[in-house]
Amino acid sequence: MAPSNSNSSSIPKYFLLTGLFLLVIGMFYGVLGGFQYLIQGFLKSWLSFDKVRPLHVSSVVFWIILGASGSALTYMQEHTGKGLRWPVLAYAQFVVFVVSIFAILFSYVFGMFGGREYWEFNPWFALPITIGWIMFVINFIASIGSLRNQPVYVWQWLTGVVFFLFTFLESYLWIIPYFRDNVINDMTVQWKAYGSMVGAWNMLIYGCSMFLLTKISGDQSIAHSRMAFALYFTGLFNLMFNWGHHIYTLPTHDFIKHVSYIVSMTELAILGRILWLWRSSLREARKHLHFTPYRLVVAADLWVLLTLALAIVMSVPAINVYTHGTHVTVAHTMGATIGINSFLLLAFVADILTRGGQVPFVSERLFRRGLLLANGSLLIFWISLIVAGILKARWQVMETRTAFSLMMLQLRPVFIVFTLSGIVLMTGLCMVVYSLFRNYTSTFSSDKLS
Amino acid sequence: MTEFNKVLIATSLTTAFLCYSFYLYSSLPVHETAFTTTMDRGKDLWQEHNCTACHQVYGLGGFLGPDLTNVYTQRGPEYITAFLRNGNLTMPAYHMNDQDIQAMLAYLKHIDQSGISDPRSFKTNYDGTIEQQQ
Repeated sequence: MAPSNSNSSSIPKYFLLTGLFLLVIGMFYGVLGGFQYLIQGFLKSWLSFDKVRPLHVSSVVFWIILGASGSALTYMQEHTGKGLRWPVLAYAQFVVFVVSIFAILFSYVFGMFGGREYWEFNPWFALPITIGWIMFVINFIASIGSLRNQPVYVWQWLTGVVFFLFTFLESYLWIIPYFRDNVINDMTVQWKAYGSMVGAWNMLIYGCSMFLLTKISGDQSIAHSRMAFALYFTGLFNLMFNWGHHIYTLPTHDFIKHVSYIVSMTELAILGRILWLWRSSLREARKHLHFTPYRLVVAADLWVLLTLALAIVMSVPAINVYTHGTHVTVAHTMGATIGINSFLLLAFVADILTRGGQVPFVSERLFRRGLLLANGSLLIFWISLIVAGILKARWQVMETRTAFSLMMLQLRPVFIVFTLSGIVLMTGLCMVVYSLFRNYTSTFSSDKLS
Repeated sequence: MTEFNKVLIATSLTTAFLCYSFYLYSSLPVHETAFTTTMDRGKDLWQEHNCTACHQVYGLGGFLGPDLTNVYTQRGPEYITAFLRNGNLTMPAYHMNDQDIQAMLAYLKHIDQSGISDPRSFKTNYDGTIEQQQ
């Protein structure tokens, strides 16, 4: 691993900065959506929930994608000690992504949708996103050079870039009538694609996390260890085969559900390892806590534990049948996308902007306070979603159900808590983002002076 | 772990994944489906209006509105038509014409006939699996 050098391309920084901007937009729409849960008909005439939800989801997903690809491109250059093979390709990818992303966000405002569950936009926009990602794959593989004797994080990055492309294309199979012409077939393939796609971007992020931890500890042997590869292959196995836990109640093939149930339970080994090493992890954390980006890694570690435990519980079909279709699923998603993905990505951004601690951290106090606020409020947010989910699950199994609107009214106190904690969460993360922007401008101006 | 072992495991997993994927594509769960052009138009409308942002099908979708998997048999076409025409406090009124309403009804009927999403219709087994009761 080589320190960043003058050959390093700075284009990935633009990925990160645009990603941070999208994170703020995404949180804003998330809070707006929270208000639409509380106030019936809020903004219905010009920005109804069918527009706000994709604005929120796509902004946040694009934050994750830009953040993960920008971090991976930067760390890959640090790892090889060379610049990108074709910086112009990274620049072209950035332009294609930014134009497409903002066109997608505007299309929602004008009521143009893809209408798919979870991450959706008009299928025409998938074309530039695919082209941009192909540029990324080519540039990434060419810049890495030889694949021999590479540490685990290079394997994770390559898995992430290749599988994202595969699953992204797979998620558009629905435009072919063969897949589209039956709701069960369509949903089976859709959730196969989305389930694995999340695993693909997680691979990119976990690869960066492994790189950062290796860099902080200064011990390269961790990234070549048998345990690191064992965990990587367990993650890969899950990425490929555990997606069926999203569709346990769908009348699709039984084998999909059985395979998924068994594969998901292999995550118990990862959970067990985290618990087993908890004490030594704490000791290690105390040692590096003075390094500000590391604080985010520690926070993400806690969220890995909580989210993984919840994911394993939800992967048991007998439990999933009750939690499915409730806010417990949202709690899991929020724990993963904010607690793990976003905290880790913010750690990478902080590390990259301060050049691994070589440049003094500007607005450190604001950053730490923001992080504390975000962590505390995320916990309340997460618990309130689980409570809402349990209450809805209870309603779902009632012998004679009350009206849906009445159930929603009964959940109102919980929705108040999750909206308020969402506002505090947004405030905390905005403080972190603002401090990161200040770090960028300060490093940028010192670069200009030198 | 040797380089050979790493490559072997990665290749085996990728091959298994590709076989699994292509087997699934070639043997989709429902073989015969009478998907008419009206249903197809209904599906287009469902997507164009982003119904899934608020509603669920088999528990998948947004949570602001109810699950619509079996709304066709539970509530009937007149009830659905009223909502499509007028909306409610939360749902926008889509002012659909008769043809579009018929298409939406046909699509919702197609979803309804594909199965039951109600968690009460499932029986749990000792090994943690579930089975739908007939």
